[in-house]
Amino acid sequence: MVQKDSYITEGSPYGIYKLRVEGLNLYYGTKQALKDISIKIAPNTVTAFIGPSGCGKSTFLRCFNRMNDLIENVTITGSVMVDDIDIYKNMIDVYQYRKKIGMVFQKPNPFPKSIFENVAFGLRINGESSKSVLQGIVESALRQAALWEEVKDNLNKSALTLSGGQQQRLCIARAIAVKPSVLLMDEPASSLDPISTAKIEELIYQLKDQFTIVIVTHNMQQAARVSDKTAFFYLGELIEFDKTDKIFTNPSKEATQNYITGRFG
Amino acid sequence: MNRKHLISPKSQDKLFKIFAALCTGLVLLTLLVLLIDIGIKGIQRINWSFFTNLPSRHPEESGIYTALAGMVGLLFFTVIIALPIGILSGIYLQEYGKRNKLAKFIEINISNLAGVPSVIYGILGLQLFVRTAGFGNSILSGALTLALLIMPVIIVSTREAIKAVPDSLREASFGLGATKWQTVRRVVLPASFGGILTGIILSTSRAIGETAPLIVVGALAYVPFVPEGPMDQYTSLPIQIFNWTSRPQQGFVVNAAAGIIVLLLFTFILNGTAIYLRNRWYKKTAI
Ligand SMILES: Nc1ncnc2c1ncn2[C@@H]1O[C@H](COP(=O)(O)OP(=O)(O)OP(=O)(O)O)[C@@H](O)[C@H]1O
Ligand SMILES: [Mg+2]
Repeated sequence: MVQKDSYITEGSPYGIYKLRVEGLNLYYGTKQALKDISIKIAPNTVTAFIGPSGCGKSTFLRCFNRMNDLIENVTITGSVMVDDIDIYKNMIDVYQYRKKIGMVFQKPNPFPKSIFENVAFGLRINGESSKSVLQGIVESALRQAALWEEVKDNLNKSALTLSGGQQQRLCIARAIAVKPSVLLMDEPASSLDPISTAKIEELIYQLKDQFTIVIVTHNMQQAARVSDKTAFFYLGELIEFDKTDKIFTNPSKEATQNYITGRFG
Repeated sequence: MNRKHLISPKSQDKLFKIFAALCTGLVLLTLLVLLIDIGIKGIQRINWSFFTNLPSRHPEESGIYTALAGMVGLLFFTVIIALPIGILSGIYLQEYGKRNKLAKFIEINISNLAGVPSVIYGILGLQLFVRTAGFGNSILSGALTLALLIMPVIIVSTREAIKAVPDSLREASFGLGATKWQTVRRVVLPASFGGILTGIILSTSRAIGETAPLIVVGALAYVPFVPEGPMDQYTSLPIQIFNWTSRPQQGFVVNAAAGIIVLLLFTFILNGTAIYLRNRWYKKTAI
């Protein structure tokens, strides 16, 4: 692959990778959706996944929290290491594991519950029921997601009364309330207006301190603005993975060049 | 260019509106006439003693005490038998069951069961519960038979309600580390509660009015005592009404009309409660 050693250790003070994928193949039935993917992602960085529609970005993203387990007939080979533990080895408890990986989806998907209960959901399923503990964590998660000021007086209102942008920030709050170390975002701003999008991007920038963030986006400017490194996928393969600056100014592969200049995709 | 219509689209629209209004009016009118007829006949008989009297040979002294008690008991056992099994089956089939040929087969057959005439359930109940299991013509036999009758409706409506919950909510829950059961209990069931409740209430209303299967499994027309347990003999309001209508004396016809008023009120209250609960629930969950 294209990684150069001088890049892959950057952003990682100890030289340890948060996420390390080796030779990953994924099949939906007999159709191969991911082909021999290897990538190393350092902690506290933002990595953008770009590529034309159907190239496997979402599929790959969902490998990190084993969401593909929910789909029948999916076969996976190769390894996905998180904190140097292979998450596809049977020993791990997938439900316990998913708590360490937050996920934000393309369409905001708040539960039809109150704002408070949405954020508290992850804690409640962990068995937390102390009102004061819940309140504390809900508030800090909403603050982190830059939503607190807008909803602090309406915590008992249905989350469905919020605007799309607010709902998406609520979903981010819900994800980070369980204190994951990785945040996966699948086109988190694609259904939002420019102002909400800007807020989400600002948020991503701030959350980087605490989380390792992987974001799928179709928006080149967005990838350039928020990410440290960018991975370009094409037809299920990882074509190029490099510093975002480099990908957008001087990519080493012609396919990448063609894609970012809009010649296909 | 505008095509020429025989009647302009605007008057077509108007005509259709009038036609639809006429149809609705006709249905309402029929219903109204029936209700008024029953109301006029029956209302004179509705007084306190009508509710507290036992059945008797004299129409003026006859009451629905035992029939009402029998109906409440019957409904109680029907619901506690049918609800858990029906709802759990619905959840299992929709959330846990594999999507294969067998599942399809079961699905089709459950829908078919919902359409089987109720007297067939009566015959099944007679053989299965009254004779083979030896429960005799007890409340239990009746309740088991009615439970069989309404279970398909509960299963189908539970599945429909659960199916309407978007997968994105399940994904959100799994993404937070919830197990299947936590997802079902905390996300899927609350979000589909309104729909499930509607199914329950509608099926209970159906159970209330059923007469034919109860006649087959031996609800008695004349029961001079109140049932005290599931193994007691019983009668039920529809049976009592049915019995009264077949008597020659005019007084019993009046009694039947009064009984119908009570039965209708029962159904209205039940459905009203369901609608109220459901609306409240929707308000809380979906804006
Ligand atoms: N559940 C599934 N079953 C079968 N095939 C699937 C499934 N999900 C995705 N695929 C296929 O896998 C390939 C990759 O899909 P994926 O959703 O990962 O693409 P993507 O890069 O996220 O696209 P987009 O940018 O449109 O979201 C596509 O060809 C798609 O048709
Ligand atoms: Mg996608």
